[in-house]
Amino acid sequence: MTRGRFAFIIGCIGMLVGGAEVLRSPDVSASIVAASMLATMLRFATPLTLGALAGLLCERSGVANIAIEGMMLSAAFGAFLGAAATKNLLIGVLAGMAVGVAMATLHAWLSVSLRVDQIVSGTVINIMAAGITGFLSTEVVRRQALVGAGLLPALRIPVLADLPVVGPVFQQQPIAWVSLLLVPITHLVIFHTPWGLRLRSVGELPRAAHAAGINVIRTRYTAVMIGGAIAGIGGAYFTLESVPAFEPLMTNGRGFIALAALIFGGWTPAGAWAASLLFGAANALHINAQQFGIPVPAQIVGMFPYLLTIVILAGVIGRVSPPAAVGTPYEAD
Amino acid sequence: MTQAVRTRLIGGLIPSLAIVTALLIGGVIIWASGPRLDGPWFGIWFVVEAYQALVEGAFGSRASTIDTVLRTVPYLFTGLAVMVGFRGGMFNIGAEGQLAVGALASAWVGFSVTSLPLIIHLPLVLLTGCLAGAIWGGIAGLLKARTGAHEVITTIMLNYVGGQLAAYLLNGVLRDRSPLNVIAQTPKVAETARLPDLIPGLHSGVILVIGVAVLVWFVLWKTTTGFELRMVGINPDAASYAGVNVVRRMTWAMGVSGLLAGLAGAVQVAGVNYRSTLGFNVGYGFDSIAIALLGRNTVSGVVLSSILFAALRTGATKLQFRTQISTDIISVIQALVLLMIAADQIIRWIYRIGPAQPEAVADATSTAAPVASSESGR
Repeated sequence: MTRGRFAFIIGCIGMLVGGAEVLRSPDVSASIVAASMLATMLRFATPLTLGALAGLLCERSGVANIAIEGMMLSAAFGAFLGAAATKNLLIGVLAGMAVGVAMATLHAWLSVSLRVDQIVSGTVINIMAAGITGFLSTEVVRRQALVGAGLLPALRIPVLADLPVVGPVFQQQPIAWVSLLLVPITHLVIFHTPWGLRLRSVGELPRAAHAAGINVIRTRYTAVMIGGAIAGIGGAYFTLESVPAFEPLMTNGRGFIALAALIFGGWTPAGAWAASLLFGAANALHINAQQFGIPVPAQIVGMFPYLLTIVILAGVIGRVSPPAAVGTPYEAD
Repeated sequence: MTQAVRTRLIGGLIPSLAIVTALLIGGVIIWASGPRLDGPWFGIWFVVEAYQALVEGAFGSRASTIDTVLRTVPYLFTGLAVMVGFRGGMFNIGAEGQLAVGALASAWVGFSVTSLPLIIHLPLVLLTGCLAGAIWGGIAGLLKARTGAHEVITTIMLNYVGGQLAAYLLNGVLRDRSPLNVIAQTPKVAETARLPDLIPGLHSGVILVIGVAVLVWFVLWKTTTGFELRMVGINPDAASYAGVNVVRRMTWAMGVSGLLAGLAGAVQVAGVNYRSTLGFNVGYGFDSIAIALLGRNTVSGVVLSSILFAALRTGATKLQFRTQISTDIISVIQALVLLMIAADQIIRWIYRIGPAQPEAVADATSTAAPVASSESGR
């Protein structure tokens, strides 16, 4: 992740917000557009950031993760069930994390221990998560008529939260705050601790890491499982912070967008976070385009992040390269 | 028994055992979610009753059998699509998007062109769908071959681009403007753009899909192109040394894969829905991967697995009607099948079957993982 890429992403966000300001209909005030864009962007970016960090830990250890979607979906269900059964939102979050870890452990068992193709393993988890949560939500939730335990309350920073336009930044719900905290923490862990160095070496050149005395299998398991816990928090966002109910397939592809954010950000925490914000900004413009009276069709704006991800992957705007060992099972011999 | 026969027997044995095992586990889930009545035998009777309803729902009457066949058609097209990709070392997660653009394009040609005879119009509609799908898949293939951009990610992204494009067009220029229409869909296609019925209720796309399946088998196993494609799938470096144009074959594999998925969309438009509706493609992407994996990337296997998937989906309604068990039980069973296919060690362990023979691995029929896609990173 170069400074250039970071600046590029920030520039893109500025362009989207600026575009909204320039194109808005004169009936809508500039500050309303800015405040609304900012609030929607942050809200949308929360699960993306968490999903991308989950994928980052996994992929930096050399395990491809297209299962973020399935992990978040099942965690969303687990969090809902935990909170609804105990009427305790904190237990809900913990239940979400536990389910995330369980799915991650399955991914690790399949792709690290059994050496199943990592993309196939991810596909299995995605299909399984959709099937099991769909089945359980009709069988358990509807039959027992479980009602959600409500939403996590917003935590305000006094004074700052009352500022015009930037107020929403200082008034977010706990999981959103956690996602913001986890970005620097993950950065420190990955790039400035011995464990992080070991993790990266396992993801780049596992044979050399093994020769240096690092337990490749254990390191990969740990990374994938911590990633699962983070994806679990991301899943809890959907049922404890967004809406107080579970709907089948409610993550709606956000796990795949998180994966795109991870790639977009060049497999770094700060980059993934910035890319999540960019995707959030594009989504904010997408869903508000009509309300702001913007003449560009919302769907065209909606395509933008995905097209940009393809362009970036193709190396047209600076190349990103994944950890070298991603996708390759490690065979100790 | 020769080694080849043994390998082939085990090749068919493991998917069968996976299905049986998944149905047994599904039975336990049905038992656990069913009512508790009349002593210990009631539970077993209940599970038998549920599966009987499933079979009856899929094949019990003429109408339900036709329904199962109708559902098999798109599964078979998309299953073959993913299979061709796998054989060329490409993991196509984009069948959903390719099917969507195929359906859009063919519906457009279907309703906007009105003065052609069926003999020209219908092939034109189907070919447009093929072309749109082939372009959508080919982009991913070309990007992989030229720049190394991993096709798993580009096809996922192209699914979203395709989805947004469909939303834009179906709410805009392609939208049915009749005052009765309230949803994002095209007008109905002209009579000349519809597949004639083979027997009442069953369109002739069934013949087409069988023909395409045979053609896919022939091209992959009986032509030089197919041989080169499979070579690239097993080891692109070796293929390159042997003089195969790897870039062209990869693009070709994804293009043909997209073409088949696009044709699936076109046949749904021309044979079943007579229009393209926003979101009707959802779910085919992952189901088609499951079908290709369960069929071990062989044409006969893909045919059998798409019939199985269609039958499960069709029968599920009756299962729910009779036992009040949610139709989602089918997704759970499918996930279990896929899990045990992907990690066939589980099946080998349960049923005490020896490890895969080296020949089986080299034939790439064991685990579906395309060697090329896992080794070249993303």
